[in-house]
Amino acid sequence: MINKYPLWKYLLILVVVAMGVVYALPNLYPDDPAVQLTPQRGSVQVSERHLSQVTRALDKAGIEYFGEEIENNNGIIRFKHDEDQLKAKTLIQGTLGQDFVVALNLAPTTPQWLMDLGAGPMKLGLDLRGGVHFLMEVDMKEALAQRNEVYISEMKTLLRSERLRYRRITRDEGVISIRFTNDEYLDKAKSLLRKEFVDFVQTERSEGDDLFLDLTLSEQAARDIEDYAVKQNLTTLRNRVNELGVSEPLVQRQGRNRIVIELPGVQDTAAAKRILGATANLEFRLEASSDAGVLDTEEYPFRDNEARRATLERDIIITGNSVSNAQSAFDENGRPQVNIDLDTQGGKLMNRATRNNIRRRMAVLFVEHKVKTHIVEAEGERIEKRVPFVEKHIISLATIQSALGNSFRITGLDSPSESSELALLLRAGSLAAPIYFVEERTIGPSLGKENIELGVTSVQIGMAMVVIFMLAFYRVFGLIANVALTANLVLLAALMSLMSATLTLPGIAGIVLTLGMAVDANVLIFSRIKEEMQNGASPQMAIHAGFERAFVTIFDANLTTLLVAVILFAVGTGPVKGFAVTLSLGIITSMFTAIMVTRALVNIVYGGRQVKKLSI
Amino acid sequence: MSRINRSIDFMAKRKIAGFISVALVLLSLASLAVNQLKLGLDFTGGTLVEVSFQQPPVLNDLRSELENAGFEDVTVQNFGSDLDILVRLAQGFSPTVGNDVLAAIQSNSSYDVELKRAEFVGAQVGEELRDQGGLGMLLALGLVMVYVAFRFQLKFSVASVTALAHDVIIMLGLFSILQLDFDLTVLAAVLAVIGYSLNDTIVVSDRIRENFRRLRTGTPEDIVNVSLNQTLGRTLITSLTTLLVLLALFFFGGELIHNFAIALLAGVLVGTYSSIYVAANVLLALKVDREDLMAPEKEGEVEDDRP
Repeated sequence: MINKYPLWKYLLILVVVAMGVVYALPNLYPDDPAVQLTPQRGSVQVSERHLSQVTRALDKAGIEYFGEEIENNNGIIRFKHDEDQLKAKTLIQGTLGQDFVVALNLAPTTPQWLMDLGAGPMKLGLDLRGGVHFLMEVDMKEALAQRNEVYISEMKTLLRSERLRYRRITRDEGVISIRFTNDEYLDKAKSLLRKEFVDFVQTERSEGDDLFLDLTLSEQAARDIEDYAVKQNLTTLRNRVNELGVSEPLVQRQGRNRIVIELPGVQDTAAAKRILGATANLEFRLEASSDAGVLDTEEYPFRDNEARRATLERDIIITGNSVSNAQSAFDENGRPQVNIDLDTQGGKLMNRATRNNIRRRMAVLFVEHKVKTHIVEAEGERIEKRVPFVEKHIISLATIQSALGNSFRITGLDSPSESSELALLLRAGSLAAPIYFVEERTIGPSLGKENIELGVTSVQIGMAMVVIFMLAFYRVFGLIANVALTANLVLLAALMSLMSATLTLPGIAGIVLTLGMAVDANVLIFSRIKEEMQNGASPQMAIHAGFERAFVTIFDANLTTLLVAVILFAVGTGPVKGFAVTLSLGIITSMFTAIMVTRALVNIVYGGRQVKKLSI
Repeated sequence: MSRINRSIDFMAKRKIAGFISVALVLLSLASLAVNQLKLGLDFTGGTLVEVSFQQPPVLNDLRSELENAGFEDVTVQNFGSDLDILVRLAQGFSPTVGNDVLAAIQSNSSYDVELKRAEFVGAQVGEELRDQGGLGMLLALGLVMVYVAFRFQLKFSVASVTALAHDVIIMLGLFSILQLDFDLTVLAAVLAVIGYSLNDTIVVSDRIRENFRRLRTGTPEDIVNVSLNQTLGRTLITSLTTLLVLLALFFFGGELIHNFAIALLAGVLVGTYSSIYVAANVLLALKVDREDLMAPEKEGEVEDDRP
């Protein structure tokens, strides 16, 4: 019997569409405007006490709220109205003070049973919810230059200690040139440097009486340094973004030397940039001996436990600028440790300070330059006031076992996670390659909201026009195509939600475009059926042949479009990527709905019975 | 062929169509050479600030206020409505440029202003995006050519790529002549049109191939004509539904995707025309005939792929 699907095929289609409905459903529950409380430090817990403190303040100010809860040590308070959100944020920050980061947030309202199924709404791009997008570039030239400077001072020390006389060492771009006056020194220096500085490629040249040894970093070594510089900046930026208390921030490497930062909901770019561009540093100091005078000492808390404190000498041995690398590793007994490399100058200073102080303890202080936000009452209004301040915490206090030099290690750490945390902090505070902003996009919240409304309106109107047209032109078959089109929209939304793809304004445009093009497959099939009937085929035969003949065409045409969409995804950035994603997913879902769903419906309506005339 | 109700002799006018296409392409190329594309911020780099007013401001006043405040090379224009203003600055990046512009505007007037968006793109980033965009377009054309050559035949592949290049050049030409901003979203539209127009061209090519194999009589010109007539209904209906949604985007999608919608509208119109005339024209010019398509492949093969 033609034009009949076996039962399992109908069921399969039903199941796919039903799943589509379930996973698209969360998008119908609008997010609540909310405020999120995050403790500044892991040691602080958000408790019911804090929440009730906040709710009392909100009650007093007459701001409507609901659904306050604590989840993963984050407090969430939801609001009925958007305009309350900002007022509440200021109020809550004022109530709780500096221990908490208070951030604007959109809390999803997906029902529990949907969440249990792993369903959730699509993410909205910055252009739809407002926020800031930064692109930062790490200055690779400077990163290499800094490292080369460190190498130069090490080479100088080495050549001097081996009594190999040279005139000068100069650096031009990436090339280190050592000038010698005679062959013998040059040859000796060559073999010595080849052994000690394996990362360099050596070339000789002469200018008049002078002999030069040129050293260039091998490409691999240069790339490693660049990699290191980017990674270091990434870690630092991540830490700082966390400090901003933004919900769902994005910090990601892009290409060789760039870092993308996306902060949804942040409006105050100036503040965000101040914090991202802020600097951290390190100070290495000796612990004060018991007989030291009060004037020569300072007391600092530990970073992981504010209650624990130690008294340190005022004198600083070296700062983070001397640290060239810090890596967590394991010692010969498998215990965690952190290896630290210093530049020559730092090594010398470290050696001088430690050789007479063996058995004493040395501390590493983590220094952060921060900006504090005060809420001040002025002329009856609450104003945010920012004050820069410096925060110092001890991140390590360890006994000096022997005189330290260019590289040493900190042992006695409790766990690998502690050692990697310490290495991370050491790197965050050490000499980093300079970084600057190369792109910035700020989208105001009103524009975001406007964009959503415009997008939704155009999808609705576009859809309505197509539906009316199809119904008028193809009647019953048009109705079937419209059902398929709706299924297509549902499946597209479901797929995007499942992949947690980000919906952008061009993404919405992509959906609209897919709607227009999705009908294409149906139009192809229907024209083919009409044609077959004109050629004298019976209705059933025409349906059968129409679907079959059109399939090859649809397949070819869609595959090439998919090809283009994939290229678009590869070369595009941000919003354009969003467009490519919706376009490709739309092509895939429209193939399914236009061919399978339409066919199933046509089969149900016309299949397996005598039909004289098709309503097409 | 008596069973085909309406039969238009498309190919009789193919010389005229060819002439029009060549003229349009030449005009576009000339405009691209003389006027060039007005590249948007994404590709040139620079700073852009969009602000929203409560009452319509006087643009010239704004311009002079901004110039007095020390901004150089300022362009001020309406964006969508007379309440929304777009300010472009050639000046480099400063962290507070958005607020600076706001302050400058507010300093000398009683306007109530709101910052809607501020964008800065570094010159180097712009250059890279430009290179990537161009590369993406070429890559898309190249891959399409390979795919069509593989699925159909080389002559078809040349024909469809010619049609695509024709569409892209005319779209770019339109943006150049009208001096509309060409930014990343418009580039996305151009690539989408490549996909769309290709879709159209392939549907027609598919039918031409089928008819070459099925109809044993008739000159290539006849066969192309028959195929075009058979697919005409579908081509027009699909273009119409796509145009309907694009019109929705154009009128209701807002200012940010206005140019995107214009590019797609133009692209779909040109793409529809090119799938009828350009691709088929090139095929005939390349002297396509039955031999080219007498592949051993059987029509019946696809029967089992059917879902």
